Amino acid sequence: MAQTNRLALGGDIDRTKPVNFTFNGHHMQGYAGDTLASALIANGVRIVGRSFKYHRPRGIMAAGTEEANALVQLETGARTLANQQATRVELYEGLSATSINCWPSPDFDLMSINSWFHRLMPAGFYYKTFMWPVSGWKYYEHIIRRAAGLGKSPVEPDPDQYDHMHVHCDVLVVGGGASGISAALAAGRTGARVILVDESKDFGGQLLNEQYTINNKSASRWIEDALAELSTMEDVTVLKRTTAFGYYDHNYAGLLETRTDILTDGGDKTRQRLWHVRTKRCVLATGALERPLIFSDNDRPGVMLASAVRTYIQRYGVKPGNKAVIFTNNDDAYRTALALKEAAVKVAAIIDTRPVPDGELPTQAIAAGIEIIDNATITGVNGGRGVKSVEVMSLNAAADGVMGVARTILCDLVASSGGWNPVIHLHSHSGGKAKFDQARGIFIASETLQASECIGAANGDFLLGDCLNEGFRAGKEAASKAGFKKASRRKIPIAEHIVEHPLRLIWALPSTKSIGERGKHFLDLQHDVTAADVQLAAREGYASVEHTKRYTTLGMATDQGKTGNIPGMAVLAQALGVDNPGDVGTTTFRPPYTPVTLGAFAGRNVGVLTDPVRMTPMHHWHELAACKWEDVGQWKRPWYYPKQGESMQDAVNRECLAARNAVGILDASTLGKIDIQGPDAAEFLNRIYTNAWSKLAIGKCRYGLMLKEDGMIFDDGVTTRLGENHYLMTTTTSNAASVLGWLEEWLQTEWPDLKVYCNSVTEAWATLSICGPNARALLSEFTDDIDLTPDALPFMGMKEGTVGGIPARVFRISFTGECSFEINVPASYGLALWTQLMVAGEKYGITPYGTETMHVLRAEKGYIIVGQETDGTVMPQDLGMDWILSKKKDFIGRRSFTRPDSQRTERKKLVGLLPVNPNDILEEGGQVVAEKGDHRPIPMIGHVTSSYYSANLGRSFALAMISNGTERIGDRVYVPMDGKTITCEVTAPIFFDSEGTRLHG
Amino acid sequence: MVDAYLRQSPLAHLHLAARATTSNALPDAGVVLAEIPYLSQFVLRGNADNQAFTAGIKKALKLPLPISPCTSSVDKTGHSHILWMGPDEWLIVGPSDDQAHINSSISTAFRNQHFSLVNVSESRTLIRLSGTQAQNLLEKGCSIDLHPSAFSPGSVVNTHLSHAHITLHRLNSIQQPTYDLYVHRSFAEYLWSWLEDAAREYGLDNRSK
Amino acid sequence: MLLIPCPWCGERDEPEFHHGGEAHIKRPLEPDQSTDEEWAEYIFMRTNPKGVFLERWVHQSGCRRWFNLARNTATNEIIGAYKMGEKPPISTIANKQKTATVSNKKPKGVK
Repeated sequence: MAQTNRLALGGDIDRTKPVNFTFNGHHMQGYAGDTLASALIANGVRIVGRSFKYHRPRGIMAAGTEEANALVQLETGARTLANQQATRVELYEGLSATSINCWPSPDFDLMSINSWFHRLMPAGFYYKTFMWPVSGWKYYEHIIRRAAGLGKSPVEPDPDQYDHMHVHCDVLVVGGGASGISAALAAGRTGARVILVDESKDFGGQLLNEQYTINNKSASRWIEDALAELSTMEDVTVLKRTTAFGYYDHNYAGLLETRTDILTDGGDKTRQRLWHVRTKRCVLATGALERPLIFSDNDRPGVMLASAVRTYIQRYGVKPGNKAVIFTNNDDAYRTALALKEAAVKVAAIIDTRPVPDGELPTQAIAAGIEIIDNATITGVNGGRGVKSVEVMSLNAAADGVMGVARTILCDLVASSGGWNPVIHLHSHSGGKAKFDQARGIFIASETLQASECIGAANGDFLLGDCLNEGFRAGKEAASKAGFKKASRRKIPIAEHIVEHPLRLIWALPSTKSIGERGKHFLDLQHDVTAADVQLAAREGYASVEHTKRYTTLGMATDQGKTGNIPGMAVLAQALGVDNPGDVGTTTFRPPYTPVTLGAFAGRNVGVLTDPVRMTPMHHWHELAACKWEDVGQWKRPWYYPKQGESMQDAVNRECLAARNAVGILDASTLGKIDIQGPDAAEFLNRIYTNAWSKLAIGKCRYGLMLKEDGMIFDDGVTTRLGENHYLMTTTTSNAASVLGWLEEWLQTEWPDLKVYCNSVTEAWATLSICGPNARALLSEFTDDIDLTPDALPFMGMKEGTVGGIPARVFRISFTGECSFEINVPASYGLALWTQLMVAGEKYGITPYGTETMHVLRAEKGYIIVGQETDGTVMPQDLGMDWILSKKKDFIGRRSFTRPDSQRTERKKLVGLLPVNPNDILEEGGQVVAEKGDHRPIPMIGHVTSSYYSANLGRSFALAMISNGTERIGDRVYVPMDGKTITCEVTAPIFFDSEGTRLHG
Repeated sequence: MVDAYLRQSPLAHLHLAARATTSNALPDAGVVLAEIPYLSQFVLRGNADNQAFTAGIKKALKLPLPISPCTSSVDKTGHSHILWMGPDEWLIVGPSDDQAHINSSISTAFRNQHFSLVNVSESRTLIRLSGTQAQNLLEKGCSIDLHPSAFSPGSVVNTHLSHAHITLHRLNSIQQPTYDLYVHRSFAEYLWSWLEDAAREYGLDNRSK
Repeated sequence: MLLIPCPWCGERDEPEFHHGGEAHIKRPLEPDQSTDEEWAEYIFMRTNPKGVFLERWVHQSGCRRWFNLARNTATNEIIGAYKMGEKPPISTIANKQKTATVSNKKPKGVK
């Protein structure tokens, strides 16, 4: 294909650098500097896709972020990107794009049959049709999703890299047009930290599309000089290809910077960068977006925004058509007529809805010999696959109908302009309100919750001189409010501009029949929402724009209604008989302003960096031993250590037997450890724990239970008295941080009078727990200064000394029911000691065991695990732990024991379960019922909390929480599982060594 | 004491010293990283409003207790620091062989004072970061304002770097900013990997010894 | 993401903090003497205003201190932070409420 629509001259493109690309498989060529959209126009492509609902042919309608039609699927495979606006894709060598929403091609789309049935698809069609019967949705959804989908998501992992950057500044200027550059200059000159961003590859905004003069030089020269000056300022950051996609509470903005194009291998450079910006002040110079006029069949390929037509001619050197009609309600669109004329494109006529337009621009148009048809409207656009002609009639006096004779004007391009909407999206993201300015027909920013200000076109000031002025003032003021008051003698940039006459607001332009009867007045091109849909919604009782948009899906497509929302709101207001469109509610714009790739949000939090892996000092030993891991919070803990050919059950059986018959070793370093010091430490523990601590002797340990104020179990662990006013508390692995937080909370907020300091020492110590009949013999080989005999170091005792020459604390505490020693050594010696214990322990049958074996062994003894037997609704009494509740003192949660709910007799209690068939293993979480049978519903009386096969018992067993459980001991209960119901006997929750002889041995 | 070779720093597994570049081998690297393991570290808790306490610490350590939030004090050698961690909490940092000295000089400094001193030398390791791109590197994962006007030499904060909690201390270096990152040992490998990854575009010079 | 002024460390991003619920909930001095209703009030019942709310936060990743914050729940405007044991900035709050920018106006427009 040749670039038939490329102009011989003009545009900011490089005609010496051709760029090859494909569109729907056709090879095409554009130039460096093109967007995909401008290159497609150059190649004479008119239809780029099909619409969402009716599958009508659609062409390019804009030149920037407001594009609603020209969505493409970019590239294929892992790098594919869905719903990319052709107007924002910079052309690069080898680009490949395909149309979306059509099959097999945009020129011949089988789904376009929908447009024949449009009368059957009114507003709220899906709600009305597929909501009954509800059970049918699962059948409909499949078909609807296939027919309605936009682009396709990639299914392979993204090969590109993204990262984040967190920065602070005094003034963030969003938008690098005349206002923004002026603001950045003024702010930067004060020495403030300034960030200036623009979404395009070039700064200048609307200046790039016009021929203006600033400070007596061309606008492009002024931009160049300004950027050069900004680059000399140390604390000014200028980011192009960067979209401020969201503006949030407390002056926090999200920016998306594109750093390389999609095919370039960035090497060590990330493809996109997400900037987190916290600014003191924000200047929103985001410009304005032109809105289309709403007339019959305004979606035909070839109907474009007037400013977009101008952009294509002046910035890209392409002509979107050969014979144009300008359709406008304002003066600005006359510039397009003049630009077309200058580019030698025929202008058939300017159709102006206003009577007798006589501003300077219309006067220039007349002088250029262009016909102006005033007080008129287009009543129809002919040409389903591209504009062929328009029907033009005069407006009646009320502008709600047409009169006279229709005139047909042949043309292939309609450049339409309904005025400009200030881009107040970011203002709105962060809670700012908008009000409707009747005179100018625009929503402008009113109250803001942030330290921000909309300026220039974003504030409805469209004239260049005003923009420069406002920018300069706002930049200076923002810097000053941020504390930078340095005066500068530099003057405000000046420019001359043409004064424009007011526009004429007619939201939905009449046709020969009433709206909806002849052709379609599209509001939202991407979601195919028409003025008739909104009027229907109003008739059906929708009064708020927030509801209407959900009902009709107006503005809910990927472009979020950048062109359609405001006319849509106005049409709704009109249908409701409300004068001020602002009174039907302004829609709240939500982030992101333009779509952000998920990869950018993820940043480098992918692969091994997704979440930290917390490692104990012995982590890499476990790794070499090829253990299977269990995730406990961010920790990796060895789950079990399978030997060659072993199943999980084989390995756990072997580990369980070794721990009870020889010696087992467990890495318990992850347990939380809190150092507690102070004269009131014992009193503090009395209040925090349910049992009494005042009489614990130095060098002794005690088990403690912590409750929340509602009486429910929060954590448990062993606390040891190290000195007169010095304790070491241990917590469960997963609650380590919460418990320290809990202690600090009470100390700081409720009992500041208590003299106690708590500090985490979790990471300071490696904890190696050895247990079993050979544990003492093994450990005695490593120490000569700690007497390990049961009399010297009995159960619940602690001694300090050396182990393997390393300073150590040895605790006689046990979670397995075996004689057990918990050895704490400085963390950096943990691996050394572990390795030596493994070597010396070989002759004793030392076996490393993981968390699974630990769980089995403790369950055999009926020891609970907080978070497994408990779930935040379990009181100590429910576990038969009344023995640990002091009656002599108050403690957190105690008062709640007498609440009516705590007194219920049918509360669930901890019991043991023995399946009648010793090979049946219950499912944890399985529901327990009292009767066997199938007469549903069967009342559930409890649930299984822990369930294992025990090699030591030679059978399966379980712990369960069962209503009235204690009274059911000896009864049979049933656990329905997949395919069968397992019969169990209820027992006391202890299965092994109930006298505790091993523990104390 | 047990043989030193049995000791394993939190990053020992990465064999950083073996991978380290010899001095000035990478003149273009924007980021210089080094693990400095085994420093003496103590958490000190006490009442900053109590003159006897603050004076006692100053006398014991020959270093003033930094009372202003997010500040630190440093001795003449530049090797010993007290970092502000909270209104009643400080981190005392010294050379690796200083543990006994710090412990005894403070423990014997007071009678009848309510304070606590906890040896946490084993809890954290130190990663020292410098280079022309050091600030940019940190900004990839840290939301603290690190501009020199907001984070001057001597500043110290507890914060996050990506998903790890760190104590970030800017040293009193006159030339290039140098940052000390104290990280809990269980997070050390994660953090080092994160730093290496973030440094890719700047070039990394590893000076671990 | 909120920017929260820690009374010691200054303004920091929200992820460094944990929210601790409504402030100034007093634990009954004699829990045993409290009625079931009083105890339930203490452990379960909290206000949920649209407007200025006095709430507790802890600078978890920073200085680990608990403090109170007066925050407008409708706008997220932070009126002030104050330390545990200190009184809330009542007069500032009163002034702010008078000039509150957020109205509860519902969309109007139907005839």
